[in-house]
Amino acid sequence: MTTAVGADAGTAADPVAPTGTAGTTGWLSTERVRDARTAAAPARRARWYRPARDLHPGAWWIWALGLATAASRTTNPLVLGLLIAVVALVVSARRSDAPWASGFSAYLVAGLVVIAIRVVFRIVLDGGSGGHVVFTLPEVPLPDAAAGISIGGPVTVEGILAAFYDGLRLATMIICLGAANSLANPKRLLAATPNALYEVGSAITVALSVAPQLVESGRRVGRARRLRGEVGRRTHWFRQVAVPVMTDALDRSLMLAAAMDSRGYGRTAGDPPARRRWTAVLVLGGLVGVAIGTYGLLDSTSPRALGVPTLVVGLALATVGFTRSGRRVRRTRYRPDPWRSAEWGVTAVGVCVGAALYATSTVDPGSLNPSLQPLVWPTLPIGATVAVLIGALPSVIAPPPVRVTGAPASVPLGPATLEPSTLEPRALPNQAAAGDPDDATRIRRLRGEVPR
Amino acid sequence: MTTPPIVVFDRVGVTYPGADRPTIAGVDLHVDEGELCVVVGRTGTGKSTLLGAINGLVPHFTGGTLHGRVTVAGRDTATSPPRELAEVVGVVGQDPLAGFVTDTVEEELAYGMEQLGVAPDVMRKRVEETLDLMSIAELRHRALRTLSGGQQQRVAIGSVLTAHPRVLVLDEPTSALDPTAAEDVLAAVTRLVHDLGVTVVMAEHRLERVVQHADRVVELRGDGTVLSGPPEQVLATSTVAPPVVQLGRLAGWSPLPLSIRDARRLAPALREHLGRVPPPFRTAVGPSTPTPSAPTPPTPAALAARALSVAYGSTVAVREVDLELHHGAVVALMGRNGSGKSTLLWALQGSGLRSRGAVRVPAERSGAAPVDTADLAPADARRRVGLVPQTAGDLLYLATVAEECAQADADAGRPAGTCDALLEQLVPGIDRRTHPRDLSEGQRLSLVLAIQLTATPEVVLLDEPTRGLDYPAKAALAAVLRHLADTGHAVMVSTHDVEFVATVADRVVVMAQGEVVADGPTAEVVVSSPAFAPQVAKVLAPRPWLTVDEVRRSLELTPC
Repeated sequence: MTTAVGADAGTAADPVAPTGTAGTTGWLSTERVRDARTAAAPARRARWYRPARDLHPGAWWIWALGLATAASRTTNPLVLGLLIAVVALVVSARRSDAPWASGFSAYLVAGLVVIAIRVVFRIVLDGGSGGHVVFTLPEVPLPDAAAGISIGGPVTVEGILAAFYDGLRLATMIICLGAANSLANPKRLLAATPNALYEVGSAITVALSVAPQLVESGRRVGRARRLRGEVGRRTHWFRQVAVPVMTDALDRSLMLAAAMDSRGYGRTAGDPPARRRWTAVLVLGGLVGVAIGTYGLLDSTSPRALGVPTLVVGLALATVGFTRSGRRVRRTRYRPDPWRSAEWGVTAVGVCVGAALYATSTVDPGSLNPSLQPLVWPTLPIGATVAVLIGALPSVIAPPPVRVTGAPASVPLGPATLEPSTLEPRALPNQAAAGDPDDATRIRRLRGEVPR
Repeated sequence: MTTPPIVVFDRVGVTYPGADRPTIAGVDLHVDEGELCVVVGRTGTGKSTLLGAINGLVPHFTGGTLHGRVTVAGRDTATSPPRELAEVVGVVGQDPLAGFVTDTVEEELAYGMEQLGVAPDVMRKRVEETLDLMSIAELRHRALRTLSGGQQQRVAIGSVLTAHPRVLVLDEPTSALDPTAAEDVLAAVTRLVHDLGVTVVMAEHRLERVVQHADRVVELRGDGTVLSGPPEQVLATSTVAPPVVQLGRLAGWSPLPLSIRDARRLAPALREHLGRVPPPFRTAVGPSTPTPSAPTPPTPAALAARALSVAYGSTVAVREVDLELHHGAVVALMGRNGSGKSTLLWALQGSGLRSRGAVRVPAERSGAAPVDTADLAPADARRRVGLVPQTAGDLLYLATVAEECAQADADAGRPAGTCDALLEQLVPGIDRRTHPRDLSEGQRLSLVLAIQLTATPEVVLLDEPTRGLDYPAKAALAAVLRHLADTGHAVMVSTHDVEFVATVADRVVVMAQGEVVADGPTAEVVVSSPAFAPQVAKVLAPRPWLTVDEVRRSLELTPC
């Protein structure tokens, strides 16, 4: 009986059953409830929703460094082009609308400039070897002392291509770092520095905010110069502009120092000097190790031992040093960027891409460095291609970024402050007022009415 | 008294190195918990020193010698440096932007707590509370530099409040704000005092805004000593007093009124008396407009702007402004911050940006066509229109006042000593060997004005000259501007200070969103506006008296 009624009510085209009866019996019917749930499911999970949040800046940097490492291992223009495309895709998908995020195009331009400089220098200074001469520049005779350097002369396809490949590799690395800069707030990265680097971090933060102030006061003083009618004269320039700007900067830094002091900056527990010195040695030694290790890793001609082992030892030293010195700083951090699965994913992608091309370049260097003598078309090696394409995954793995300027002021909690209870897509008040159909459905569901 | 005072000064004196006498000396002061204490006094009497001593910035940060004992909530500042007092005393300076450490509102609110090691969940809660308390919740993600002055100041106060200090020290928090923004900040401060019981010690130049909320007024008398007591008692004799108090003193009202409301309740007799007296002739002070009835000035305009527009990118700062300045008149330019006042002044001078329109001054040779200020070389433009910018110190770059004066003479091609004589006329007795940075705000302004006047401009523009000036300095500036107008200059001065406008201006131009929304005689424009009416006008309305001096003159002519 119940089953029959439930089935009846389930068919929406039943004209006979009155709504009230169907509702009452349906309420008791398990079948009916399941039916209602399945019917409601698409409405409630209409779209897969992920809260917008900023990914930990460290994750973006590791991803970008991984891709840069990959770029450093190849001169294949197809692979490099693919890398740039991948980076651009991720940036366009996951950068926020904050001011620092708009710099990516500048890095693209910088890349182009690098390539152009590289090629032009090659053409002018050393047209290159190889048989395919494109044109010949007039040669400048140089004295014997400059033997080995030639200006002008024949310019070959091989020479131009070699310069182009090389420039493209450098450009790709620059673009990778640019991507990191546009995806991650540089200041958040400073905020994520370990406690030991806290003083350095705040010095850099302050310096970064001083720069625009200097520009501003420079502009203001420059404008004021016109009021004294002395624009044409260069003799007084230094005193007229530099003196007021510098005194202004000095005043401001004193005021800032006073403000920081009265807000509790520098409340640290004292440490015995010997212990501080040891900590410093550990930190500095570790950082030097990291620097050498990174160089070894990036430069394929350096001995293998200079790479990973030095990097690991350096990291270990630095970590110990940081932990030791971090212990004496008593401060807490407001809303630190969490490190969750998305961060692990993005980091893993970066490491994978870097490692894959590192491995490929040692196993099969030919495919990643297309031959110029003889000239052949570069091909797209399947392994490297797949590895590079993996690099695009953060455009999906990473959560969407927080929109700052677009955030409606009327919503009490901005997108950045989403908490578990607010993860449901929230109807904006104005939409609700306008009679959002979604809202009507939701209200009917609250009243126990079944969407038909 | 059941609770002990929270701030105690016990025979405190401060002497800075190199100074021949102490800045403050023998100060005994008790501030009770939950009081709003206003510190008043002329520039240079040691207001900032007194405030700095509360959290130990004086002498720990500034240097100098502290005599006596300052205790805050039982802690001696001699042994606790400012950073250790951070959870007891919160300090906000004059320029909020200079004190910001981070770059967004939320991070700034959290900064102090991070330093104090407050637990993360407590921090989160306090930030949300403070955002609501200071009404800045909608600004939480905004960059600090993009906020307006009033918003910045509220963020600055909020950022020290998150540490839950028991005393809040504010050093002239509203000196850079327009009247509305200042109201917002002061409303927030009084809310803190009344609802949260925070003790506030505040220095303020424009007393008319705060004195009615004050529980205690501390007057620095210039000799290093202080007078502390209830506002009515201290202001009865103080050298600085808001117009409503001065009016009260003049009329002999008792108790002394501190607010418009109090004064109006005491004023009916005075209003009635003034109703029988001829109203003051405001326009009769300028020589070129001999009778107030003359509708058109006899001389051609000293400067005429037609359809002047200035746009920065897509933002229109000044929109199709028509404006004429006449010889012998002081024009006040008013309007909220960001309404285009500075942009307009710079565009009028000719060296600022201009998108469209014309600004003409009469040609120097008679009979020639008027010239546009933008077509003149900077050296020529300043001989026609002189501008004193908002940060007047930007124009100064030499080591002594004497050098600056000599340079000004050379620049303007005038005989040596011209600038010096002008300066002596404006402010007598400045030591010519002083470094310009060591001058007081008012003296520096006068030096820049003298430098600009050396080029003999007929039109003088001043951008917010009253910022940071105390009452006597403002009175001196008003006298200088009046003198300039009387000697045939056309003067335009942008300011937020309604009392200053009432004293000095013949005409008021009000701007909003880059447009001129009101332009007329001071009495008409100012009295009809609730925001711009001076205190005396509010007390005596509908009688057309605007300043205490006018009332005094009328009373001298026809005593009660």
